[in-house]
Amino acid sequence: MSNPAATIVEKPRASPAASAAVNASLAPAAKIALHRTMVRIRRFEERSLHLYKDAKDNVKIGGFLHLYIGQEAVAVGCCSLMGKDDHVITAYRDHGHAIAVGMELNPLMAELCGKATGCSKGKGGSMHFFAPDKNYWGGHGIVGGQIPLGAGLAYGIKYKGLKGAAMAFLGDGAVNQGAVHEAYNLAALWSLPVVFVIENNGYSMGTSQARSSAGDLAKRAEGYGMAWGVIDGHDLYEVRAGMDKFLRAAREQSKPAVVEIRTYRYRGHSVADPDPPNSTYRTKAEIEEYRRTKDPIQVFQNALVAEGVLTAALIEQIDNDAREEVERSVEFTRASPYPTAADIQSDVYWETDNPSQRKSQGRLFFD
Amino acid sequence: MPVITYREAIRHALAEELARDANVVVLGEEVAQFNGAYKVTEGLLEKFGPARIVDTPISEAGFIGMGIGASMLGVRPVMELMFWSFYSVAFDQILNNAANVRYMSGGQINCPIVIRGPANGGTNVGATHSHTPENVLANHPGVKVAVPSTPADAKGLLKSAIRDNDPVFFLENTILYGTEGEVPEGEVVIPLGLADVKRTGTDLTIVTYGRCVLHSLAAADLLQKEHDISVEVVDLRTIRPLDMDTVLASVAKTHRVLIVEEQKPFASVGSQLAYMIQREAFDELDGPIHRLATVDAPAIYSPPVEAEQLPNPQRVLNAALAALG
Ligand SMILES: Cc1ncc(C[n+]2csc(CCOP(=O)(O)OP(=O)(O)O)c2C)c(N)n1
Ligand SMILES: [Mg+2]
Repeated sequence: MSNPAATIVEKPRASPAASAAVNASLAPAAKIALHRTMVRIRRFEERSLHLYKDAKDNVKIGGFLHLYIGQEAVAVGCCSLMGKDDHVITAYRDHGHAIAVGMELNPLMAELCGKATGCSKGKGGSMHFFAPDKNYWGGHGIVGGQIPLGAGLAYGIKYKGLKGAAMAFLGDGAVNQGAVHEAYNLAALWSLPVVFVIENNGYSMGTSQARSSAGDLAKRAEGYGMAWGVIDGHDLYEVRAGMDKFLRAAREQSKPAVVEIRTYRYRGHSVADPDPPNSTYRTKAEIEEYRRTKDPIQVFQNALVAEGVLTAALIEQIDNDAREEVERSVEFTRASPYPTAADIQSDVYWETDNPSQRKSQGRLFFD
Repeated sequence: MPVITYREAIRHALAEELARDANVVVLGEEVAQFNGAYKVTEGLLEKFGPARIVDTPISEAGFIGMGIGASMLGVRPVMELMFWSFYSVAFDQILNNAANVRYMSGGQINCPIVIRGPANGGTNVGATHSHTPENVLANHPGVKVAVPSTPADAKGLLKSAIRDNDPVFFLENTILYGTEGEVPEGEVVIPLGLADVKRTGTDLTIVTYGRCVLHSLAAADLLQKEHDISVEVVDLRTIRPLDMDTVLASVAKTHRVLIVEEQKPFASVGSQLAYMIQREAFDELDGPIHRLATVDAPAIYSPPVEAEQLPNPQRVLNAALAALG
């Protein structure tokens, strides 16, 4: 695993978006915080992968694990623009967004391992991180199923008269679900303040974009009379500058949009999908090329070094801090209890969790 | 007799039917180039080519509906759902179109489609990926539902399903894919609607299907060894058509019944079975019909706890002792 802290590329690339107002106005500390969040995501994901493959008693991950490595600038860039009435929803590749909205690592790692101290009490697992207190609505397992919910968040924002926007994230494969198109139409028809964010990482499982989608992904918005755009998702400055425009239009004029953010995932679709040479759909050279030239952490780090915001010592420290924080989350998880068998039937109904306020009659559970 | 896995048995059935009938095509997400999410269709693209083994976009309503439409014209699509859980996205196509078109057209149109894929819990994939919809599907007249437990049954039933002129929904199990069993070489065709007595016994009938057959057989072994109780295990194999004759013959022998199913208990397959057994064999019963099902809640993720939510040999054993009073 390459260590972004270890290398400072010879010729830092100047980001044209760095001078956009939304970026130029950032204080150095804020820029460092964005970098730190990306590094924390990467270290969290790497550690999770390691745990999955090398399960130890009491810290074991089961089921699916979809990693966000390579895509960090998308969630961090988008979520860094959130105001208090902005809301986020995504699919099962949800760890990056969770960290980007400010969830702590302890309950996330505990959730991965199915512990009662997890953010969803061990009931949801990797695909189902939620933090409504941080305007983060998950974490959804059915491809495309979260997109109508995203339109619904926007409906709620508008109905309540708030000046906010919803960001509804989906993959390049998810764009072909019927529910997505129905949500597009509703959003356009009713001018809902929602930005549909297509994280185009090139593949849906083992299927390339070219083999799954006819036409351009975001341009489909035209058919619904919605604005659309394409953003370079390897460059955090670009993500912020590009998204800011659409989020403002959503918040201020209740205008929906579809945005494609081009990114790349370094790891398999899930842990079950092997890396090259055993991959059926891509080469090691392709992945290495992205890592070498477009790594989002590296790209942003280079920019901050060139600006004099980051130094080699600080980069190293941020990385060490992230590793330690992740390690602490593993220890927290190890010390945490599992839910009990009795917990299986809690959280199903509001009424069973609030028995003194139950109003309905009859049996809620059977057998 | 060759010993092969459940996965291979399904693959062999697909390959044999593809070779036998040019109208058979296989469509689904990742079935071709990726060789199947669970590698069931491995090698089929190479053997039968891209016109017959087709990768689809993630558009279940669209491609399942398309398969139903093509079947009306005599194509015999075998559609893979990566998980049966995703049937909900294509619910309208499956239950309004596939199940009804024959009836609504006064018998003029047939839908010889097979939809297959895994439907089970037990691998910690959580509430959205662990549905067991055999009861929901079987609730619709016009459809057939098979849930094989062994490699031989998987092969024989799938071949029948592909040759059937009605829509057949074929529910597999990711945990069973790697299990092995003897499968006769060549033509194995098991008719839909024929249950199989997987173990004979005299004290208690366990009626079950799918992976719960394995749990029930394991429990039956223990009951014999540790409690000297003789259990008969009836594997339904298909939920609709339902072979009540075999079930009732067993009840007439043992007079005690336990139903074991990996289903949520409310309005489950077991609910229907219990009703039919009491109606048709009330006088044969020496005690109430018992049932073991999944604990009534969405599938929990937490790996050690999910194990307690589902039937397992120990839970079957306890339920059997309870059923024997
Ligand atoms: C309705 C539905 N169909 C299929 C799946 C299985 N599945 C999970 S993720 C995935 C690929 C999605 O790719 P994409 O939308 O590009 O998102 P990415 O995984 O690249 O983030 C598939 C086919 C699912 N979860 N839900
Ligand atoms: Mg993708």
